Amino acid sequence: MKLTGSRVINAPQEVVWAGILDAEVLKACVPGCTEMSGNPDDGFEATVVQKVGPVKATFKGAVTLEDMNAPNSVKLVGEGKGGAAGFAKGGADVTLTAVDGGTQLDYEVDARVGGKLAQLGSRIIDGFAKKMADQFFERFQEAVEEPSEADMELADGDAAGADETKKKSWLGRITGKA
Amino acid sequence: MPKDSGIGASNKRREDIRFLTGTGNYTDDINLNGQAYAHIVRSDMAHGTINSIDVSAAEAIDGVVKVFTAADFEGVGGIPCGWQVTDRHGQPMQEPKHPILAEGKVRHVGDPICVIVAETAELARDAADALNIDITELPAVIDMKDALADGATKVHDDLTNNLCYDWGFGSEDLDAVQNAFDTAHHVTTLELKNNRLVANPMEPRVAVGDYARHSDESTLYTTSQNPHVIRLLMGAFVLGIPEHKLRVVAPDVGGGFGAKIYHYAEEAIVTFAAKALGRPVKWTSSRSEAFVSDAHGRDHVTKIELAMDKEGKFLAVRTDTHANMGAYLSTFAPSIPTWLHGTLMAGNYTTPLIHVNVKAVFTNTTPVDAYRGAGRPEATFQLERVIDKAAREMGMDPVEIRRKNFITEFPYATPVAVEYDTGDYHATMDALLAKSDHAGFEARAAQSKANGKLRGFGIAHYIEACGIAPSALVGQLGARAGLYESATVRVNATGGLVVMTGSHSHGQGHETSFAQVVAEMIGIDESMVEIVHGDTANTPMGMGTYGSRSLAVGGSALVRATEKIINKAKKVAAHLMEAAEGDIELKDGQFTVAGTDKSVAWGDVTLAAYVPHNYPLEEIEPGLEETAFYDPANFTYPSGAYGCEVEVDPETGKVTVLGFTAADDFGNVVNPMIVEGQVHGGLAQGIGQALLENCAYDENGQLISASYMDYAMPRADDLPNFTVDHSSVTPCTHNPLGVKGCGEAGAIGSPPALVNAVIDALQRGGHDVAHIDMPLTPGRVWAAMNG
Repeated sequence: MKLTGSRVINAPQEVVWAGILDAEVLKACVPGCTEMSGNPDDGFEATVVQKVGPVKATFKGAVTLEDMNAPNSVKLVGEGKGGAAGFAKGGADVTLTAVDGGTQLDYEVDARVGGKLAQLGSRIIDGFAKKMADQFFERFQEAVEEPSEADMELADGDAAGADETKKKSWLGRITGKA
Repeated sequence: MPKDSGIGASNKRREDIRFLTGTGNYTDDINLNGQAYAHIVRSDMAHGTINSIDVSAAEAIDGVVKVFTAADFEGVGGIPCGWQVTDRHGQPMQEPKHPILAEGKVRHVGDPICVIVAETAELARDAADALNIDITELPAVIDMKDALADGATKVHDDLTNNLCYDWGFGSEDLDAVQNAFDTAHHVTTLELKNNRLVANPMEPRVAVGDYARHSDESTLYTTSQNPHVIRLLMGAFVLGIPEHKLRVVAPDVGGGFGAKIYHYAEEAIVTFAAKALGRPVKWTSSRSEAFVSDAHGRDHVTKIELAMDKEGKFLAVRTDTHANMGAYLSTFAPSIPTWLHGTLMAGNYTTPLIHVNVKAVFTNTTPVDAYRGAGRPEATFQLERVIDKAAREMGMDPVEIRRKNFITEFPYATPVAVEYDTGDYHATMDALLAKSDHAGFEARAAQSKANGKLRGFGIAHYIEACGIAPSALVGQLGARAGLYESATVRVNATGGLVVMTGSHSHGQGHETSFAQVVAEMIGIDESMVEIVHGDTANTPMGMGTYGSRSLAVGGSALVRATEKIINKAKKVAAHLMEAAEGDIELKDGQFTVAGTDKSVAWGDVTLAAYVPHNYPLEEIEPGLEETAFYDPANFTYPSGAYGCEVEVDPETGKVTVLGFTAADDFGNVVNPMIVEGQVHGGLAQGIGQALLENCAYDENGQLISASYMDYAMPRADDLPNFTVDHSSVTPCTHNPLGVKGCGEAGAIGSPPALVNAVIDALQRGGHDVAHIDMPLTPGRVWAAMNG
C-alpha cells in the first residue's frame, strides 16, 4: 500500500528537519505512541497502541533513518510487531524543500501489514494508513510551527497548562528559543 | 409408491434429534480431567528465516505449563503425504519435509512455530505476547507462474525448484492429438481459473490428546473424517506409536467437505504433548486460525482446447493446468490435480483423444488439498465451460452440442484410463429440460428484458468418479493406502444389532441410511439397528468418508457382513427347525422352511446363537458377529444434468440465481430425502464458489480474505429453491446395492452451470463476453460488460 502527500509547514527548513529527528517530537506526533526513545544515529524504539478495525494491538517497533541528506531528505524505515495481531512495516521517504511561507514536506509512504491485521483488516487498512499519516503530519506541522493561541486551545489531553508547558519546552529546545 | 421403511424410504435422520437439541457430542464437548490447553503460535509472514525463539518469558508466566518448539519434536517424523505422483518422465514428485513445527523457516502465513500449553485457553493465548520470535522476512512466491520462473525464490531450499511434478496423461499418441488440432474444423480455446476456496465447515478443527500411564496408551479425540487413517499416519509415520497403543476417536463432526480428511500437525502436537506433560491437552481452532491452517481447495489455472469437426463432434481435448500445492504437501494433495482430475476429462462425451498436462507448484501459501469434489469439479468446470464457448462459436445449441457427443453405450472405456459402467446422459438431460421448464425460458427472458434485466440459462453435464477406490488400481497410481471399507455386524442375543463401520458420518446421515440397509436385508425394524462409527477402538480398520464413497464402498461392506450374518443365522435356524440349510428362507425377520409353515423368529435364532443349549456346536461356533472388508472393483460414475437460470442487473452487474435444477443419476437411492439434502448442500457450495467465495492472497502472501467479513459464504438469500430430480436411475453394476454416491455432485455440476448462465445472459444482452473468472461478483460482471 502506497501513500503520498505534501504539505507546507510554516517553519524554516532546519526547524522542520530537526523535528523529524527528535524522539519527543515523534512521540507526540505518532498517533497512539506511548513510548519513544533513541536518536537519529541509532534509530528509535517505539511503542504504539492502535486499533485497526476489530484488532487492537500494542506494537513494539524500531524505526531507523536511512539515506540521510540533511536537511533535505531522509528515509524512515520501521517495523512494528503487534504480537497476536501481526505486524506492520514500511518506509517513508521524506523530502524537505524551502518554499515561500516555510518548508514544503513531501512524503511517500510504503506500508504493509501481516498476520491478523491483514486477515481481518485488509479492507480498511488503506483508509487506516491514510488516517494515520494525515494525523502524523498534522501533528508534526502543529509541533514545529510557532504555536498560535488557537493551537493552544486545540491541544488535546488533560491539563491545558501542563500541555502548554510541555509543548513550549520541546519546541523551545528545537528552535533554540529556550 | 414411496416406501416407508428400508431401502428407498425417506426416513427422517435419527441423528438430527441430538444435533437439533444440542446434545451432540463434538470434540470440543470432550473435556478431560486435568486438561491443559494448547495455543499454536503461527507465522504472520509468508516466508522467513527463524533466527531465534526465546520462550523463557512466556514459560515464566504463572499458569503456563510449557512452550514447545521444533526442537522438542526432534526425533518425531514430519507430516506424511499419502500419495506419490510420478511425473511424465517416470520420476517421483518432489516431496519436501513437512515438520510438525516450523524448522528454521516459516513457509506460509499460519505455519505453526510454537505451542504454548497453559492452564486455560486464555492464558495460553495471552502468553504468546511474551514470546520473542525473531524472523527475517524473505521474499515470498505466491503466483504459480512466478514460482516456476527461473531464479524464483524457493519455498524449500533443499528442492531443485518449486515444481512438485510435471505430469502428462492421456492419449499416448501425442502426434494424433496434435494432428486432430491441426486438421480440426474448429478449435475452441479457453483460459480460466478455478478459484481457491476455504472449506469452512461449521465446526472448526479440535484435537484433544490424552495419555494413560498405566497402559502406555495414547488417545486422540479429533475432528476427522477418517480416524483410522489418522491413527495409521500419526502412529506409524509421525509419533512412532503402534496401533494397539493408540486410539483415535472422531465423535460427532460438524462438517468436513474434505478439510478434515488430512492428518494435521495439531493432532500430533496434542498427542505428543499429553504424553510429555502427563496430562490431557486440548486445542480448539479459532475461525481465524481455520482460514490459514485448514487445507484449502481448488486453485487451478487452466488452458483448455477443444477440437471439433464441422458437425460439432469432439475430436480432441488438450489441457494445460497449473495446480497450487501451497507450501507443503497435504495428505492427498498430489492426487487431486492428477488422478482425480485427469481421469475425468472425457466428461460424458466420446472425445477419442485427450491429453492432460498438469504442473503442481509449491508456493508460500496454505497447503491445498481435496475440497468437496476434489479434482472432478475442476475437470467439469473447464470442460463444460469450453463446450459452452464452442457451441456459441459453432452457432450450435448448448444442449444439442452435448447430445451430439454423449456416450450412449456402456461399459465405455475413456481415453483417460477409466471405464464407465452405466449411465444414461440423454435421460438426465431430458429430465433437466422438463423440470426446469426450459421450453418456457424465452418467454421468461423476454419478461426480464422488459424489466430492464438480462436473463440467462446455463447448462452443465457432469460425470464424477466416486466410490473411491479400487485399492490395486490406486496403488499403481501412487496411493500409499488401500481404499477399501469395512463393517462389523454384531448381533446381540435378543436380536438387536450394532453395526460398526469404518465409514465416518459428519453430516451424511449414515446412522439413518446404513440402518435402513441392514434392517431391510433382515426384515426387522430399523430401531433394532445401531450404527457405530468414529472410534478406532470399536470399529474395524476402515478408510473413512470422502470422495462420495460411504454407501458405495462402506455400504457394500455392510451388505457383505450382513450377508455373512444371515448365512450363519440360517444354519442356526435350520438346526432349530431340523431342516436342510438350503431350504431356509428369511423374510420379514422370520426364518421359514420353504414349502412348509415351519418358522422361527429372528430373535429365537439370535438367542440360540448366544445361549447355545440347542445349537449345532459341532458345525458352527456360537455367537453372531461378522466382519467384512469390501474393496470395489471399479469407481462408480454418478452423472447429471444441471441447469441454472440467472438474471443480471446491467446497471450493477449483480447476478441473481432465479432457479437451479439438478437432474442426477446416482444409481439406486437408499434414502431420497438424505440424497436430496446432499444435493442441496453441494449446490449451495458450488453456487458459493461461482458467485461469492474467493480465497485471496496479496503479493506478500498475506491472506486478505480470512474472515467472514471478506470471505463471502453463500447464505439462504443467495440461493433459489432448488429443483432436484432423481428419476434417472442406472444402477452401478459392480456393487451389491447398485449405488453410485451423491455427496459431491452438487458442488461439481453447479459452478459451470452458473457461469454458463451468466455468460448466456450477457450475450443475450449484446455483450460479447466469453468468460469471467469466478467468483462472479457484481464488480467483475460489470467490468466484463463494460469492457
